[in-house]
Amino acid sequence: MSVFDGLKFRRVYSPIHNLDPRIKFIYVCAIFVAAIIFWELLPLIILFLIQVPFVILAGVQRQWLRSMRGAAFLATIIFSTNFIFSFIGAGYVDPAYYLEYASAMTLRFIVLIESFSVFFLTTSPDHLGLALEQTRIPYEFCFAFTTAVRFVPVLAEEAQTIMDAQKARGLELERGNFLKRIRNYIPILIPLIVSAIRRSLELAEAMESRAWGATENRTNLYVLKMHRGDFVLIAVTILILAVAIYIRLFFGIPSLNELLGSFS
Amino acid sequence: MIEAKNVYFTYPNDVEALKGVSLTIKNGEFVAIMGENGAGKTTLVKHFNGLLKPTTGTVHIDGVNTTKVSVATLARNVGFVFQNPDHQLFSETVEEEIAFALKNFGFKEKIIKRRLTWALNLLDLTKYRKTSPFMLSGGERKRVALASVLAWNPKILMLDEPTIGQDYRQKEKLLQFILQMKAQRKTVIIVTHDVEFVAECSPRILLMRKGRIVADGEARKVLTNPEILTQASIVPPQITQIFLQLSDFQLPKEVIDVYKAREKLLNLLEAKAK
Ligand SMILES: Nc1ncnc2c1ncn2[C@@H]1O[C@H](COP(=O)(O)OP(=O)(O)OP(=O)(O)O)[C@@H](O)[C@H]1O
Ligand SMILES: [Mg+2]
Repeated sequence: MSVFDGLKFRRVYSPIHNLDPRIKFIYVCAIFVAAIIFWELLPLIILFLIQVPFVILAGVQRQWLRSMRGAAFLATIIFSTNFIFSFIGAGYVDPAYYLEYASAMTLRFIVLIESFSVFFLTTSPDHLGLALEQTRIPYEFCFAFTTAVRFVPVLAEEAQTIMDAQKARGLELERGNFLKRIRNYIPILIPLIVSAIRRSLELAEAMESRAWGATENRTNLYVLKMHRGDFVLIAVTILILAVAIYIRLFFGIPSLNELLGSFS
Repeated sequence: MIEAKNVYFTYPNDVEALKGVSLTIKNGEFVAIMGENGAGKTTLVKHFNGLLKPTTGTVHIDGVNTTKVSVATLARNVGFVFQNPDHQLFSETVEEEIAFALKNFGFKEKIIKRRLTWALNLLDLTKYRKTSPFMLSGGERKRVALASVLAWNPKILMLDEPTIGQDYRQKEKLLQFILQMKAQRKTVIIVTHDVEFVAECSPRILLMRKGRIVADGEARKVLTNPEILTQASIVPPQITQIFLQLSDFQLPKEVIDVYKAREKLLNLLEAKAK
């Protein structure tokens, strides 16, 4: 469940935490776009490294590392399927090229997870809700969204309890072949989904009993304002995106294989 | 036999939930673990079937160190019914739900059928055999969860809050069942806040507070000791409260059950009449 740990906000303060969530979100989207337009390993490595200073500035290295470790399993799957299928598809030639290709695909996934993780680790759900509201999205949607985000860690904890309960009834997750192992997760997923649905219905009832939505015009105690840091981040975002697009359009990117090859 | 030696346990978020718990529970004992919310009761019993391993210290079940074997292996002998039934129900019918663990443990088809019928009967669930567990009421779901564990007849049975949401008749049946288990020399451990229920079945009581065991003894002794109980946020059973209030009349203080109370009060009345 450590993937979820990487999305769990902790109330600490740093220059990154104080940034306007809207800007941070735009930044994440920019990284997203940049990661999608490149399929070569080299630029993806750079994209990956660009975000390390953010992590360090925000002081969330430990949680971030944990989420990276959590993503490792999916990353391995992405790597092996990409490698196996492209390599076989190409007729078993040039393994180095396909290794690099598979690594790039995997790194793309990791960059996406990384940026999302930085975003969620440094943005409080309240802040996020505020940001959404101030972009004029109807309050119902904002509320649903922030509640969903807020419940991610709760859900992760619940998944752990459910796993314990089923193990106590003799369920062995690591038993059997690949298909059987996937099937082993049914007794965990169903209670998780059912209790999430049940909880959401109960939450709705409890909220309505407490007069949710009774006032027509909600006002906010806090209002988001842009600060100097936010403008810096905007500049950085635009720069990254512009450079990325420029390189994509006007340069051929050498593969790592070629680079290394030219040295030897 | 359960043996815990100086068990400390810290959750990943640095909450130290157990701070040096040592205890021995012999085969055939009936134990109630009580104490305030967050005292570490659930954390402790999760050590007994290996779901949690001590940070330091050791737990042995029948001489086997829990760190050496899987939960599934331990679970064959140690049944644990969780506090919230919704954390385990997933099958289409009550019947399948109860058979789940039996299949996991590799019981034969014939035995599964027999144990299934037995468990359904015991917990009054036969009429829901083909019903989806999700359609049942809270108390009934709790019973399905209980049945699904009882079905494989573990040597040690642990129940986390078994009486929550149960009406009087079901509590009475649960009590009968526990006594039956006791007669078969099975170990039963319940975690509960239900003082009246505990007073009625009079087990050995382990009182916990802030990750430590603060009292360990017969129900008659522990439940009638107001100082210890206040510490653990527990009110004595009502019968006991009356006897504590009536201490001027030379009545014994250590009374927790109705029959004994009746006897003592009748004696008092007779003495007065003379
Ligand atoms: N999964 C967990 N992660 C972190 N801390 C936990 C976890 N489960 C319990 N704790 C903490 O450990 C302590 C003991 O919890 P535990 O669940 O054992 O209490 P309990 O005695 O069973 O309480 P209750 O009567 O409410 O069921 C509490 O302070 C709780 O906050
Ligand atoms: Mg508990």
